Amino acid sequence: MESLEVLKAEAVKLISEAADTQALEQLRVDYLGKKGKLTGLLKGLGQLSPEERPKAGALINEVKQELQLLINDRRQAADRAALAAKLAAEKVDVTLPGRRVDIGGLHPITRTIERVQQFFEGIGFQVMEGPEIEDDYHNFEALNIPAHHPARAMHDTFYIDDTHVLRTHTSGVQVRTMENHEPPLRIICPGRVYRCDSDLTHSPMFHQVEGLLIDERASFGDLKGLLEEFLQVFFERDDLAVRFRPSYFPFTEPSAEVDIQCVKCSGEGCRVCSHTGWLEILGCGMVNPKVFAMSGIDTEKYTGYAFGLGVERLAMLRYGIGDLRLNFDNDLRFLRQFV
Amino acid sequence: MIISEQWLRSWVNPNLSTDELAHQLTMAGLEVDAVQPVAGAFSGVVVAEIVTAEQHPDADKLRVCTVSVGDETVQIVCGAPNARAGLKAPLAQVGAVLPGNFKIKKAKLRGVESQGMLCAAAELEISEDNDGLMELPADAPVGQCLREYLDLDDSTIEIGLTPNRADCLSIAGIARDVAALNNISLCRPEIGDVPVASERVFPVTVEAPFKCPRYVGRVIENVDLTRPTPLHMVERLRRAGIRSIDPVVDVTNYVMLELGQPLHAFDLGTLENGIVVREARPGETMILLDGSEINLQEGSLLIADHSRPLALAGIMGGENSGVSAATKHVFLESAFFAAEPMAGRARSYGLHTDASHRYERGVDWRLQSVAIERATQLLLEIVGGDAGPLTEVVDESSLPPVPVLPLRAQRIERLLGFSFEDAAVESILERLGFRVEQVSQGEWRCEAPSWRFDMSQEVDLIEELARVHGYDNVPTRRIEAELAMREQREDTRPLTRIRQQLIGRGFQEAITFSFVSPELQSSFDPDCAPVALRNPISADLSVMRTSLIPGLAAALAHNVKRQNPRLRIFETGARFIQAEDLRQEPMLAMAMTGARDREAWCASDERFDFYDMKGEVEQLLAGTSGNFSFKPALRPGLHDGQTAEILDAHGSCVGVLGALHPSITESLGLPASTYVAELSLAAVTKAVLPAYEEISRFPESRRDLAVVVSDDVSAAEVLNVVRGAAGDGLESLRIFDVYKGQGVAEGAKSLALGLTFRDRSRTLDDAEIAAAMSQVVDSLKEKLSAELRS
Repeated sequence: MESLEVLKAEAVKLISEAADTQALEQLRVDYLGKKGKLTGLLKGLGQLSPEERPKAGALINEVKQELQLLINDRRQAADRAALAAKLAAEKVDVTLPGRRVDIGGLHPITRTIERVQQFFEGIGFQVMEGPEIEDDYHNFEALNIPAHHPARAMHDTFYIDDTHVLRTHTSGVQVRTMENHEPPLRIICPGRVYRCDSDLTHSPMFHQVEGLLIDERASFGDLKGLLEEFLQVFFERDDLAVRFRPSYFPFTEPSAEVDIQCVKCSGEGCRVCSHTGWLEILGCGMVNPKVFAMSGIDTEKYTGYAFGLGVERLAMLRYGIGDLRLNFDNDLRFLRQFV
Repeated sequence: MIISEQWLRSWVNPNLSTDELAHQLTMAGLEVDAVQPVAGAFSGVVVAEIVTAEQHPDADKLRVCTVSVGDETVQIVCGAPNARAGLKAPLAQVGAVLPGNFKIKKAKLRGVESQGMLCAAAELEISEDNDGLMELPADAPVGQCLREYLDLDDSTIEIGLTPNRADCLSIAGIARDVAALNNISLCRPEIGDVPVASERVFPVTVEAPFKCPRYVGRVIENVDLTRPTPLHMVERLRRAGIRSIDPVVDVTNYVMLELGQPLHAFDLGTLENGIVVREARPGETMILLDGSEINLQEGSLLIADHSRPLALAGIMGGENSGVSAATKHVFLESAFFAAEPMAGRARSYGLHTDASHRYERGVDWRLQSVAIERATQLLLEIVGGDAGPLTEVVDESSLPPVPVLPLRAQRIERLLGFSFEDAAVESILERLGFRVEQVSQGEWRCEAPSWRFDMSQEVDLIEELARVHGYDNVPTRRIEAELAMREQREDTRPLTRIRQQLIGRGFQEAITFSFVSPELQSSFDPDCAPVALRNPISADLSVMRTSLIPGLAAALAHNVKRQNPRLRIFETGARFIQAEDLRQEPMLAMAMTGARDREAWCASDERFDFYDMKGEVEQLLAGTSGNFSFKPALRPGLHDGQTAEILDAHGSCVGVLGALHPSITESLGLPASTYVAELSLAAVTKAVLPAYEEISRFPESRRDLAVVVSDDVSAAEVLNVVRGAAGDGLESLRIFDVYKGQGVAEGAKSLALGLTFRDRSRTLDDAEIAAAMSQVVDSLKEKLSAELRS
């Protein structure tokens, strides 16, 4: 059996030296195949005595198995190496920018309106909308602003004809809601409004969110609580100082202007707050019973309050926008900052 | 309303600093817009008199003055053009400190010693006047501290009054509120009846008592209007923003500021027979004292004599009846004109005066006699003369009714969320001038004072209580309400979601004005007359948009001009169409221009084309329930060959999309490949409630087909024929290639179609599919003359 040892040594050497899977396959055929060298040895067992045959056969099979294992190991190693080489060849520069679509973004005004809406919708207010070309009755009369009332001068109204205007506030939506729905009511009315005024701090078109709550317990104390909380969550400042000052709107009584501590200087005094430490942020009040009466709401049973927020003002303070007109230039260098 | 703080404090002087007083006013609803010192911070400045003024030996523009400060005389070198002997002017003495911490020292100017500095008003920050030395009155006491003499330790307080607070358009009114807020008493000047020294009366007839319920007049004879208005009065007027004119006008203005009653003075010598308060007659005209001639509107209230109109009542006097230096006898008017007929009247003449401002908002109707007595008293002190008796014409029935309002404690608590002590209720209202009578426990009757025109209901009283108590002292409550779930329609897609979808597709939201220029408007929509504004802010913002596309096109142009060539923007908002009824329709519009891909190493440089925009529209509509189709269309402003109407299942047009017309892109400076689309928002937000359909367990079979059709045949026609012929087994159908060119005849195109068949209940066999395909081919041939491509 000396030749078995020689064959094995020779095969082991060749397997270990095989360059690739093809060479290994050739070796398998050469040694272990039907016409292979080891198979030849098995065939030669017939020349041995019957006593020697089993032992020699077992030895040959043992060598056969050893070689098969060796070939398998080598083949797996070669496969791994080949795969590794393939992957290495497919390497990319991961630092090159990806293939993508630039995402767009909301206008800061819409973004602000949606943010305001979320706070109020979260506590059960419903969003209502209405016409922008409004009739005189819903924009003025029904809000206790009769013709020639000095308050009309405060409004700088755009007129379409004798009886139609571009709405100067979204309060008309509140009137329409009161006409068509029974209290209790909790609504907010976002939208475009118009005033015939254009300079650094006035745009002929701007946005408001007005709110209205009517039920059997609404009080001025509730209104204060609601707006104080809203302003604090909107600006994400728990300690934001809020103050209510008496003011005048024909549709509310009592009426108030609401100031917040300047969000830029925290009340120290700066250019944004004209060195007063305070920023005028919204108007509000208890709904005037005359307004209720015109819309057919029982003034003894119900009380309510209303408020109006200037969206541009909120957005500009929140995002530090210095110039009102930027909002309507639609310059992408501006808009892209709110993506 | 601008007032002098010292003037206010002469009426009521709470123990508050200027800042505290301003804060108190603001928090009481009299919003202080500004507080400004009436002069700069300076010291060591006295009243001085120039005794001699000689030319400086070495300087053309300088004078060497000897200046008296009373007990001594000093030498001052001065460059002011009005430095002259006899002039009294402020002198900053050596050691004085002027505004800006400017210290005055002994100095030599061109070799001549100067022991101080004569000052211009601007140098003391008293006014802007820097043209020469501040000229002081001839009777100014030489040597007196200027701050004392002019009472300069004072501030002006500017108050932005709301229209309901006409009662505070005077020192007296503001003082009344301050007294009430601080619970201290008012210190009014003594106003008694002036002794009557003349019998002279001028008759007054009131023909329109409804508009002029009370008219009080008085003649003052033998006045000397050459005498100057006293300095303290000039200063108080100046601090209120009113220029001194002559003693009579100054006094009427002074009393208006002090008490709130507008007054007018006529030169009696120019009046004929008597005063008639009447309405203007048709065709009447008059010349106002500003020199403008106006056509009087019928119904305008006039002060006239027996021959001509003299004044627009409560608004402005006329020319040739006012006082002048030559006036000998004055007729003074103090009238109550009712607010309602006055409202808007001045504005209708393009006027706005201190008087009309007050009358429109309401003047205290009990004030007229007091005011005319006060004015007479002041006038006699200044210009002398003999006062005649008062002539008063009053129509009691036309005077405003005295509001008597009920007040209930329960209502106070309900409205404010907290309760007042009974005593506090009564005290606050009485301090404000109300007469309060308790009817029963927790119920009162309150009579409003004659100066309040904003009292008509119980809440008006409650507001006063809250205001004086302080809004900040009203306890804050957290809102409580019954919780109720809101309807959430699932067959509507909220706008917020549609916006998010567009943003994800790379669109940036824009907000453009709802009004546009008529030219831009008509280049897109020449056949639709837009809704026009009567009073636009400017010509290019004068009509309401009938489409969102012009605004977006202009926004694209704005950005293209700023080197931003690749843009995708959208807007949602109303368009305004004047049909039989005015339609205000919510729309969604998109616009894009430039390269399809952002510039990158891996991107193509192809530009957007029609199908990019169409794809966006299809994506938007894919989320709806509808079955939409696209039809070639012609639209002004859009490309004749690249425009489609978007039709819903009923064939109604819900939108349009296309390339901008070259004439528009050229005029706006946009690239040729600019695409726009506009859809009714309702079409986009409509959706259906999903309803599950069973998924087939059987395999699909795909067959492809290439057909050649004439160029005139649209893809939609081909697809319709295929759908009609392929039978129920056809699950999906797509066009995967469109080819023209070699191998396809001129005027024809090849469409490659992919058909997928599947049945829900079984596997379709080849024979069935082949039969369907052959029907498709036959039908295409028959209906569209399509040939199979070989």
